[in-house]
This record gives sequence, C-alpha cells and structure tokens, in this order.
Amino acid sequence: MINSAAREEILQRIRNAKVPAAPQTVRGYNQTGPGGVELFAERVADYRAIVHVVSDVPEALALLKGKRIVAPQGLPAEWLIDGVTWLHEPLTIGELDQADGVLTGCAVAIADTGTIVLDGGEGQGRRALTLLPDYHLCVVRQDQIAASVPEALRRLEPTRPLTFISGPSATSDIELNRVEGVHGPRTLEVLIVT
Amino acid sequence: MARNPVTWLGSPTFPKAAREALQDTQLRQNLRKATGTIRGRREAAVAEMTDWEMLRVAGEQIKDDVLARLDTLLVQLEETVTARGGVVHWARDAEEANRIVLDLCRAEQADEVVKVKSMATAEIGLNEALEAGGVRAIETDLAELIVQLGDDRPSHILVPAIHRNRSEIREIFQRRMGIEVSDEPADLAEAARVYLREKFLTTKVAISGANFAVADTGSIVVLESEGNGRMCLTLPDTLITVMGIEKLVPTWQDLEVFLQLLPRSSTAERMNPYTSVWTGVTPGDGPQRFHLVLIDNGRTATLMDSVGRQALRCIRCSACLNVCPVYERTGGKSYGSVYPGPIGAILTPQLVGDMHDPQAASLPYASSLCGACFEVCPVRIDIPSVLTHLRAEVVEAKGRTPESVAMAAAAWIFREASRYEKAQKAGSLARFLARDGKITSLPWPGSRWTSSRDVPAPPAESFRSWWRKNRCQE
Amino acid sequence: MKVALFATCLTDTFFPETARAVVRLLERLDCSVEFPLDQTCCGQMHFNTGYREHSKPLARKYTDVFGSYDYVVAPSGSCAGMVREVHPTLGESPPRTFELAEFLVDVLGVTDVGAWFPHRVTYHPTCHSLRMLGVGDKPLALLRAVKALDLVELPDATQCCGFGGTFAVKNAETSTAMLADKMRCVLDTGAEVVSAGDNSCLMHIGGGLSRLRTGVRPVHLAEILASTEEDPWLATR
Repeated sequence: MINSAAREEILQRIRNAKVPAAPQTVRGYNQTGPGGVELFAERVADYRAIVHVVSDVPEALALLKGKRIVAPQGLPAEWLIDGVTWLHEPLTIGELDQADGVLTGCAVAIADTGTIVLDGGEGQGRRALTLLPDYHLCVVRQDQIAASVPEALRRLEPTRPLTFISGPSATSDIELNRVEGVHGPRTLEVLIVT
Repeated sequence: MARNPVTWLGSPTFPKAAREALQDTQLRQNLRKATGTIRGRREAAVAEMTDWEMLRVAGEQIKDDVLARLDTLLVQLEETVTARGGVVHWARDAEEANRIVLDLCRAEQADEVVKVKSMATAEIGLNEALEAGGVRAIETDLAELIVQLGDDRPSHILVPAIHRNRSEIREIFQRRMGIEVSDEPADLAEAARVYLREKFLTTKVAISGANFAVADTGSIVVLESEGNGRMCLTLPDTLITVMGIEKLVPTWQDLEVFLQLLPRSSTAERMNPYTSVWTGVTPGDGPQRFHLVLIDNGRTATLMDSVGRQALRCIRCSACLNVCPVYERTGGKSYGSVYPGPIGAILTPQLVGDMHDPQAASLPYASSLCGACFEVCPVRIDIPSVLTHLRAEVVEAKGRTPESVAMAAAAWIFREASRYEKAQKAGSLARFLARDGKITSLPWPGSRWTSSRDVPAPPAESFRSWWRKNRCQE
Repeated sequence: MKVALFATCLTDTFFPETARAVVRLLERLDCSVEFPLDQTCCGQMHFNTGYREHSKPLARKYTDVFGSYDYVVAPSGSCAGMVREVHPTLGESPPRTFELAEFLVDVLGVTDVGAWFPHRVTYHPTCHSLRMLGVGDKPLALLRAVKALDLVELPDATQCCGFGGTFAVKNAETSTAMLADKMRCVLDTGAEVVSAGDNSCLMHIGGGLSRLRTGVRPVHLAEILASTEEDPWLATR
C-alpha cells in the first residue's frame, strides 16, 4: 500500500534543494501573562459563554436540575447531585445526541485567551461526550488556569486527544462576522471554582 | 506529467478575469464589507499583543527551520505517527494523492465521506476525483457548503464563500435544501446544522486537512470554529488527513507560537472556538483507523528556489487577502486558483511550476506592490519581493516580446545620461499633443493609461536643462 | 551640509517644478545642493516589472554617480526605497539615500521649514514611503507646521492608490478601480490640493482627478514646503 518510490523521491528532492540551516529560534515573546480568575472569566464571557465564579460546586450545579445530563467517568461523586438524570457510559451516538447536556471538568484553562482544554482524562470523557449534547457545563478549578498559551501547552500531554474550546460553537463564514451556534454545543457555561 | 489542479482548467489570465469581476457591483460591495470588517478586527486583536513582532519573528524562524530540516522532520513524523497506530502515505502529485485517498475510501466500502475544510484537498481536486471514483464528498464547513451547494468556486482561503452575502446564501439554501429560511446569519447557521447533523452521525469515513503536524510527537492539529471539524475528527471510524509536506512544526512547544499567531491573523479572535489535537489512534476515543497522506504537488520544486521558498512558510491565515487592495476589488476567483490573493500570486505559479503557462505567469503581476500583505503576514513572508522575483522568471520564460524590446531600449537609454537627455528632448515634443496642459488620449500601449487618466503635458524644459542653464557656471 | 539631489527620471522629465522646489527648500535650510548631471534612473521600473538584469547596470550607475556623497535626497519614497532596499540585493552598496520628509525630520531635525501655503490640503502617504521606508507621520508633521495650510485627514489614507508602476497599464482596470476609491476619499475631504511624496502616485491620482474635471490639484510635498509668503507656490499643473 505504501508507495516507497514516492517517499524516496520526495525526500531526495528535499535534500537536493539544499536549504541552508535556519538561525536558532528566538523565543522573545511573552511566556506568561497577568493570568488570574478575573481575566479568564472576562475573556470566556467575551465569547458569549456564561460564566460563574463559585466556591461550592454541588450548590452551583443546581442549575442542572430536571435535566438529562451526560456524566463522564471520574466526575467527583459530590457533583452527581440529586434531581438530575445522570447519563453514564456506555452511551451511543444517538443517546448523546438526545441528552440535554454534559458536565465535565477540564485539564487546563488559559486566562489570556479564555480557553478551556479537555484531554479526555478523569471527569472529561471521550471527545464525543462534549460534542453532541447542545449544552456543555465545564468546571474549571482556579489552579487549572494557566496565564498564557505557552504556559498551558507546557502543562499538557500532547499525545492525549486534546480539544481546545473557546466559547460556544461559532462561525465567521457569513460576511466575516462571528455568529454563535453551529455544530458544536451552542451553549457553553463555565463554573470557575475559587 | 498531468497538469496541477491547483489552477482551474480554462481560467483566463488575471487581467482578463479581473476585468470581468470588476463589473460585478454586488461582488465588490460584498468584498468591501467583509474585508473592511475583518481588517479592523484583526488590527484590534493584534494591537492587544505587546509581543506580536517577537511572535512573528519566531514564527518565521520555526518555519525556516522546518524547511531546512524537512527531510529529517518528515521521517520523524512518519515514525511518531506510525508508533501511535497511524498509517503514513506519500504522494508526489495530485493524481497520486487522489488515488491513495480513493483507494482508502474503497477499502472502507464508503460511498460517502464527510470533509473538514482543507486547502490541501481543494488544491489537488480531491472532491472531483472522488466523485469520478463513485465516492461523494460532503463539505461540512459552512462556507464550503455554500460553495458546494451553489455549484460555485471558492474565492477566499478561510471563507471560501466570502463573495456571497446573506441574502445570496439564503437563496442557495432554500433552493438546495428545500427549506424556508430567513437571511439572519444565525438562522442560516441553524439550517446548516440541521442539514448536516445526520451525515455526521452516520458517515463512516472523514477526510480532513491539517493546520500543523508536530514532528516530535506525531500530533496533528486542526483549528476551526463551527464544530464540524470536531464532528469529522471524532465520530467516524476512519479518518484520512491530507497534508502538504510543509505543514510541520518540529516540537510541541513550537505550537505556542502558531496558536497565538493564527487565530488573530485569520478570524481576528484571541482563539478560535475549537482546536483539535490527536496523535495516531486513541483506543476508545475517536476514529480507530487513521491515515496521513503527505503531499508534495510542487512543494519540493518550490523549495529549490531560494527566494520563492518562503511561500512555504504560509499558515493559510488569509490576512494578506483581507488587506490586499487588488483582492478587495477583483475577488478571489480572478486568480483562477484555490490560493487567491497575495499569497496565491506567489504560491500558485510556483506550485504550477511552469511560467510558460500564461495564466500562472499573469499572477505575479496581480499586485501594485503596495506591501500591505507583508506588513500583516504572521510568518513574515516578504510577498512583494517574491512577486518581483517571480516576475523576473516570467520575463525569462517569455523571451523576446514587444515589452522586452521596449524595456531593453529604455535600459539602454538610461545607461548613459547623454542618451537619456536626447530622449527627454524628443519626448518633450509630446507636449504638442496636449490641450490645456494635459494629454487625454494616447495610442496603444499608452491608451491603457489614458483610458482613465490624463497625462500631464511634458514641460518645455526638464529639470536638468534648467539646472544646466541656471546653476552650471562653465 | 552638502547634499546631492537625486531628482528621479520621472520628476526630472515631467515635473521639474518639484525638483526646483527641493533645491529651493534645501538651500533655504542652509544645505548646499548639487545635482550630478550623470544621473538617470534608479532602475525601479525594470526591476519591478521583472527585468532584473536591466536594472543592475542602472543600480551600478547610481552608485557610481552618487557614491562620493554623504547624503542623497530624492523627492520620491519609492525611488529612495528602491535604492535602499533593492540595490543591495543587486550587489551594490549605495550611498545613504533619503526620501525628502525623512531627510528633513531625521537628518536636518526640522519640522517647521518656514513654509506658507494658504490652501486646504489632504495628504496621501504613498505605499513605499509608508511600508518600505517607514516614513510614518513625518510628512504630516511637516505639513502641520506650514503656515496658513488647512490640513484635512484623508479617509483610508493607507490604502494603495492603484498606481504600482507598470501595474497601472498591465492591470489597468483594477488600477482604475483602486484609483476610483482613492479619488472618492480625496473628494470627500473637500481639499483643493492632494499632496504626496511621490510624483508617480500623484500623476496617477492627479490624472484621474483631471479626467473627472474635479479641480483638485496634485502638488508634491516639496512644492508645498518650498512655498513661502514672499515666493508663493504657483500652479503649474
């Protein structure tokens, strides 16, 4: 199946080009930034996501009552409050599509850009869980908030499946203006725990 | 060798195509509005960054390093992807790449595939090749969908349907989806959501491009906005990613530069809504079969050119299109290629690799050399310099033409002040063509000027002859 | 200070009043101006159109003619840009060459050159001064210091006027479309005079304005700065 002739020819042509070595990359850009809960909250809200700063997660989760919510493996037991229909894995694509929403934690967040990063770890689940339900509630602990993009990347394990989320699904495809809500969850709500 | 499908067969040369596009007042209004909006927003998004110039320099250096070590890094990527359960394929040209993808689709017995917007697959004409092989490709990016449903061609790298306004999009959706919908962007987006939902949930094979591939980890990165990318990258059983060989970065750390440069340059956001990163196959999460198709299709030829190769730094942000005064007026389709605008004017002819092709050869001239593109380029591609460099290649390929004869004569005159002065005196006779101090009509090729502009009458006396009379003592 | 004037072929041939204005202005500022008669063209048209080989002897000639001067001043951002940015890529080490506004502000250190120009003026920053040389606001600073001058800001000032050398004829329709927008911006200001630091762009903008019989005059920055109450600018085009 693999065309080794093509491989060899491409590599040989690259070598024939004899491109001179590049200078050492100068990383003079900012490695960190002001960071902080306030900046993160402000930047997430800029994307028209809903943001709450809370100290008690189970109490704040009352907003899910009466709904059918996907609960990925590894969510803290105290988050699974009464009054919510929790949907546990294994779930089919059809079941995910029919759920009212999903509750997750996250791996890292980025204050500078208002971004949440999921890595499929505990309390986040496989990627489809946060994609098909139309509503995503994400809990971010204060200590998970990195100040900058460089800081966040250092905290991540690149070989895990990663999803960087900055606000709800959106498009700029109509007259280059941002409109929220296309294929991904149309509502993103973030609980920042201090 | 087969022709490179990066340009559309039968496209007229740029001046001819532009002449026609300029007649389309709706197009010009749509483009003016869209590019005007994004220009202002990009400026604001960039102004927020105190270290923007440092990021640009780092972006340039990282990409130059990729080009310098491309063979080693590609082999490394092949190893890391393979180690994580992916299969890497190599394709010298469009035809070879299309055949690989078609064979993979057939092996999965797929007669329908969903696609994430990808310049690489547009460049190789993959959809047409799949169609011919009995596989229907469904574009899922909103703008690509608008183009596909409108039986249209893309006119922008990031927003292929930028030439369409909301009411035109509404008309296309109503006609092709058989629905009633308003021209509110939110309603149009909702219509696309409903139209594609079932396809996402049921299609077994997806095809994507890649914004970046990290050599040292084997991770592939796709930036998007709508979530159609996540759908394609997550739900199907099989994922085929088609990627130009230059889309590498050496290390995971290098992404910290591009994840800051790209969103602000393209959609003027601090970060795009969704970025997906995956490495080979992850058991229990996402497609369980992953193929990476690396395409050359003119890139290694471009790499040979010491000036032109910087075009391979491009990260397809479109900032250069949005600030280009030529693009704003002619639109993207005038460039006759999936890569329009300033970057297209330098990338397309290099990928075509034949300056005897009149259409490709017209592209380096599709610029006033104003330099706005270079100013905004996040990886500092000196587009004006590459344009003049490629113009020199065009001149060489064309050989003797009326223009080259005239240019040679002019250069001969300029080489000696005495000849130049004689020509000045002879030329000043043209003032007898003038009325009220101006000339309103000249024979060809001067008519190309006087069709819209008067020419001032040459003065009775040049500056040098004034200087000679008034300032030279001898 | 001894200064060599590089008039540029276009200004020498078509707009001698601009070069005379530079001489007047620099002499007023105590410079001694020389005009080496051997000068011709910087080779920009050839280079930018793809005739790189033809531009080489012209770049060489420029170095030969001006090489002995400490300062060369050109009333053109694009020709100064050609010398400074491109000649080195053609194997030359050209002498220090300045566009007029940068020479006045950076080298002579003046913004008020004692000029008087009782007209409503708008200024178009030409692309090569702006982006190749980074002249920035210097021309505006000079204009603001001109007595009796009413400076009006040009909307979308940094957009190219559409001249672009041979672009203006090779892609005449696109060039004209760009010109149309530039003219609309000029007319919106209500200015009587549109100024710039390049006669090439001014010839294009002025040619369009003349065709439409708008009555707006193109005047090179040097002519405005040379004009004084005792010896005022007189319309020549």
